[in-house]
Amino acid sequence: MPADSPVRVVLAEDSVLLREGLIGLLSRFGYEVVAAVGDADALLAAVAEHEPDVVVTDVRMPPGFQDEGLHAAVRLREERPGLPVLVLSQYVQRAYAAELLDSGDGTGVGYLLKDRVGQVEQFVDALRDVASGGTVVDPEVVRQLLRRRRDPLERLTPREREVLALIAEGKSNGAIARALVVSEAAVGKHIGSILTKLDLPPADDIHRRVLAVLAYLRS
Amino acid sequence: MSVWQALSGRGYLASWWPWRAVAYLTSGALLGAVVLVVILGGVVVGGVLAVVLLGLPLLVLTALSGIPVAAVERRRLRLAGGPVPGDGHRVPDGPGLRAWLVTRLREGATWRELAYVVLFALVLWPLDALAVAFAAGVPLSMAAVPALVAADGEAKVVKLWTVDTWPGAFGVAALGLVLLAGGAYALGVVAGARAELTRAVLTFKDSERVTELVRSRVRLVDAFETERRRIERDLHDGAQQRLVALTMTLGLARLDAPPGPLADQLAKAHEEAGHALAELRELIHGIHPKVLTDYGLEAAVADAADRSPVPVDLDLHLPVRLPQPVESAAYFVVREALANVARHSGASQADISGGYHDGRLTLHIRDDGRGGAQVADGTGLTGLADRVSVLDGRLSLSSPPGGPTLLRVEIPCRPTAPSE
Repeated sequence: MPADSPVRVVLAEDSVLLREGLIGLLSRFGYEVVAAVGDADALLAAVAEHEPDVVVTDVRMPPGFQDEGLHAAVRLREERPGLPVLVLSQYVQRAYAAELLDSGDGTGVGYLLKDRVGQVEQFVDALRDVASGGTVVDPEVVRQLLRRRRDPLERLTPREREVLALIAEGKSNGAIARALVVSEAAVGKHIGSILTKLDLPPADDIHRRVLAVLAYLRS
Repeated sequence: MSVWQALSGRGYLASWWPWRAVAYLTSGALLGAVVLVVILGGVVVGGVLAVVLLGLPLLVLTALSGIPVAAVERRRLRLAGGPVPGDGHRVPDGPGLRAWLVTRLREGATWRELAYVVLFALVLWPLDALAVAFAAGVPLSMAAVPALVAADGEAKVVKLWTVDTWPGAFGVAALGLVLLAGGAYALGVVAGARAELTRAVLTFKDSERVTELVRSRVRLVDAFETERRRIERDLHDGAQQRLVALTMTLGLARLDAPPGPLADQLAKAHEEAGHALAELRELIHGIHPKVLTDYGLEAAVADAADRSPVPVDLDLHLPVRLPQPVESAAYFVVREALANVARHSGASQADISGGYHDGRLTLHIRDDGRGGAQVADGTGLTGLADRVSVLDGRLSLSSPPGGPTLLRVEIPCRPTAPSE
C-alpha cells in the first residue's frame, strides 16, 4: 500500500466506552477506522463491505458473550487468507492463541491481552507489525508456555528460550539484539540453533519463525 | 450390570454369570448354616444363663448379630450384581463402646437387620441349598452316569431308576447336560430373586430422605454456580472494560503531557491502573475461567497447569464435553490441588492424568512432595469433596508422610451433546 494512504481498520468491540476510546487512539496514530461494530455478525458484514487492511476484534462479543469474536476472526482468515487480524482478549488463553495462529499460515495475526491497549505505544507497534504480516503473541502467553513446557523446550538453552520468547512477541532480529544487548549476528546464530533443535529445516525465513512459535502453542 | 440383565442378554451360558449365581447361592447356604448354629447357640445358652444374669450380655450380643451378617450380605450382593444398599446405621453419638451400643440398640436398622438374619437362618439358606442341589447337582450327577457305569457296571439315576447299558448311560448324560443348561438359567433367576429380597429388606427408608437432601444440595450448588457466573460477567463487562478504557486514556494523556511533575504523576496513575487491571483479571479468572465454558475441562486444566508454579506433566484426554457442573467441580478440584502442591507439599514436580471411560470421569493429581496432607487440614478440599459428592462422585486423598500425595477424583456422568 502507498505510504501516505492511511491504514484502514475495521474495529469490533461491544463496550461503547472502549470502542470510542480505541477509535480516538487509532485515529491519533494515523489509522482510519472505516467501521466500528459491536457484535460478530456485524464484524463479518463490515469486513465484506469495507475490505479493510487490518481487523481489530475483541474475543468476547454478543449475543452469547463467549468467544464469538475469536471465531469470527478465524472465519475471516479462512475466507480471506492473509487478512491481518489482531485479537484482543481479556485474559491469556493458550487455546485461543493456538486456534487463531492455526488459521491461515500464522502470519499477519496477533493475540494480545486487552491490558496492552493501555500501553498505547506498544499496542500501536503491535498493530503495525500485524498489519504488515508479522505475528504477535502476548508476552504473557509466551511466559506461561515457557514456564511449563519442558519438551521440546528442554533441548533449548536458557538464552535460546529468551530469544524464542522475543520472536513470539513479534520482534525483529535487530530488536532482539538490542533487548539482549548482543550483536545481531549472535541473535542469528541463536535462531539458527533453535530452528535446528525444533526440526525446522531451512525454508522461507519468516515462515520458520512463525512455525517455531506455533510448535510451542500446539505441543 | 446385574444378573437380570445378564439373563436377558446373549452369551449368558458362556459368561461368568452362572458361576457367580452358584457362588452367591452356595456361599449363602454355607453362611446361613453357620448363622443358624451361632444364633441358636446364642439364644439357648444366653437364655439358660439369663437366670444368673450372665446370659444377658450374650443375648444382647446375639441381638446385634444382624449387623455383621447384614454387612457380609451386602458384600455378597455384588456377586449377583446390581446396586448395593448402604448400611442405614447412624454414627454413634460419642466415642467408646457404651455410646456405640446405645446408638445401635436404639436405631431401627439394627432390629431390621436382626429380622433379616432370623429369616436368613430359618428360611433362606435351605432354599439356597435346595436350588443349587436341584439346578446344578442333579444334572451334574446325570452327566456323571457314564463314568459310574464304567466303574461299577451300573448306576442309579437320581436314586430312582437303574441304568446299566452304554446307550442308556450316554442318553442320561446328554439329558443331564441339557438340564444343566436349563439349571444355569434357573440358578440365575433364583440368585436374582434372592438378591432382590436381600436388597428390599436391607435398604432403609431413610434413603428417601437422603435423596431429597441430595437434591436440595444439588440445587444449592447450581445456584452458587449461577451466581459465580453472574459475578464474573458483571465484573467482566463492567469494571474491567472501564479500567481498560481508563488505562488507555491515561496512556494517551502521558503521550501529551510535557515532561515534569504532571507527567510523573500520570505515569504513576497509569501504572497503578495497570496493576488494578491485572489483579482484577486474576480475580475474575479465579471466579470462573472462561476457557472452561468455551473449550471444556481439558483446556481449562491445561490452563491451570500453565499457571502452576510447580511444573506439571499433563496426560489428560477428554474428547467429549461433560455436563457443566461436572466440569466445574473437577476443574476447581484441580486448581485447589495445584494450589496445595505449590503451597504446602514442597514438591518439585506434579502430574495430572485422567480421562473419561465407561460413564466416569477420572482425574489423578500426583506430586512428589513430602506428603502428610489431609482433607480436613483446611486445605480447601473439604468443600470440594462435598461438591463432588453432590454429583455422586468421590474424592480420595492418599498422602503418607514422606509422600507421594495422590488425589483422585471420580465422577459418574454422561457426555453432553455438543451445543451452540
